[in-house]
Amino acid sequence: LIIDLPRFIAGARPSWNELDAILRRFEAEPSNRRELRELEHFHELYERAAADLAKLTTFSSEPEACRYLENLVARAYGEIHETREKRRRVFPLKWFFQTLPQTFRRHVRVFYLSLAITLAGTAFGSLATAFDPDSRYVTMPFGHDQLRPSERVRQEESRTQDVLAGHRSSFSASLMTHNLQVSIFTLALGMTWGVGTIMMLFYNGIALGAISTDYMADGQARFLLGWLMPHGAIEIPAILIAGQAGLLLAFGLIGWGKRVGLNARLREVSRDVMTLSFGFALLLVWAGFVEAFLSQYHEPVLPYDAKIAFGAIELALLSVFFMRSGR
Amino acid sequence: MKTGTLLIRTPEGIVFSQTLAGPVTRFLAWLMDFLTITAALSMVQTFLNTIGYLNANIAGTIFILLYFIVSIGYGIAFEWMWRGQTIGKRLFRLRVVDAEGMRLQFDQVMTRNLLRFADMLPGFYFVGGVACLLSRKYQRLGDIAANTVVVRTPVVQEPDLEQLLGRTFNSLRQYPYLAARLRQRVSPAEAATALQAIVRRAEFEPSARLELFEQLASHFRSKVEFPPDATDGVSDEQYIRNVADILTVTRREMTTPHH
Repeated sequence: LIIDLPRFIAGARPSWNELDAILRRFEAEPSNRRELRELEHFHELYERAAADLAKLTTFSSEPEACRYLENLVARAYGEIHETREKRRRVFPLKWFFQTLPQTFRRHVRVFYLSLAITLAGTAFGSLATAFDPDSRYVTMPFGHDQLRPSERVRQEESRTQDVLAGHRSSFSASLMTHNLQVSIFTLALGMTWGVGTIMMLFYNGIALGAISTDYMADGQARFLLGWLMPHGAIEIPAILIAGQAGLLLAFGLIGWGKRVGLNARLREVSRDVMTLSFGFALLLVWAGFVEAFLSQYHEPVLPYDAKIAFGAIELALLSVFFMRSGR
Repeated sequence: MKTGTLLIRTPEGIVFSQTLAGPVTRFLAWLMDFLTITAALSMVQTFLNTIGYLNANIAGTIFILLYFIVSIGYGIAFEWMWRGQTIGKRLFRLRVVDAEGMRLQFDQVMTRNLLRFADMLPGFYFVGGVACLLSRKYQRLGDIAANTVVVRTPVVQEPDLEQLLGRTFNSLRQYPYLAARLRQRVSPAEAATALQAIVRRAEFEPSARLELFEQLASHFRSKVEFPPDATDGVSDEQYIRNVADILTVTRREMTTPHH
């Protein structure tokens, strides 16, 4: 069945052009508010183009016109049928003090799971160090396995020169980017049905447990706390939040107890995963500063009690922020 | 089954399709992006080397931060600003779109880019490539999580049928019953081939153009034989133009559809 294609196109072209022009305007200025009359006209043009497409695909043998109309209808369809909230403007303070803590609390059970996995790893690393001292070569990051804690403390406390002098800020940047990469990796591995995220959290726990036990067994608990608390009070929760985001993604993928499809489940968690990602990124930037500019200084330069108190205050504020802010 | 096409049915009952991009094209687009990032960072490093003579610490800090921001933020920034395209994707005419035809959201762009960390494992996007090959919609892990697909975006222009609208004399129309028989015997795909040959005739080499229209004319002549006075002195290309005119354009006096 053939229609008079040129006449058909000539007749419909003005409305297609108009639809195209409106779409270009919408795409260029997505945050502008639209008048009801303009939206009604847009909808009418979309329906007309959709009907033209139906006619063309049914009656015509001309593929170019079909492709052109398909593209037009596809763009208009996306604009009209999108039901997700359109973010007109970003309010950083509102996001930080409301959206982030609210999102965290909405999935707090997943955070507890992330914490439990890390604690299980910590217990494992602790027991391994306590009962098999040889395990330090596999449970501790390189460097820590080569030196007894008391020896390290002796070296740090007798240092007369600032080893970070001249490259403190680049050291801080390295810490930030490294920790961010590890955290994003922990999040991304949620797509392995959570197996990769669990392994990352467990492994972090092992290193933490092994080093902590090593220092405590050697009588260096105060040094350990003074060294780890200032940045660890922020860095460790940040990695736990990365784990929370990864596990959230994994739950979306697995869909236990959910009666909706995969796409709908992932769509449901996607925005929260991203909110948590921005959250842990901010925390790690702060932790990177603190680690380079504070944690690496020990007695007699900085008293351990002051460093421990600083870390404790950070942890308390962080807890209050996540549990109370935006209620 | 993989069809290489994303079909979307609207509530109005209209179906439109988008051609999905395969892993090889996507890899090439990524390679182009990778080279762009590397070139940009090399330039930054050259500049920072100069600063480094004055303050190596600041130069090092800027480079470490920029390297991280650019390598992660490149895809996010471009795909958000250019509605699903990066430099590589633009060159290869690819675009990231929502898998259900909706508007691409920022969190979708973020998700698919952050999940590159998993797709890149253990190197050169092996996991992403395998996921792409196994997925019905050629999605890597990041695409599955973000509910996005990468589609081909050929240059879409309004069809220019002016060459057929010339309304010049068509000798085949002197025999309306033969013209009707031609319409009856020719499939839509054959009609589209004739039309495309006319529309794109200037793109061919002269010898290829002659050969193509000769083959097409021979094919359509075998469908319906017109009397010599309608075909004598008509070149193969003109013959195909006349055929396409009959197949595509129904004159005012023939507006009743032919079944």
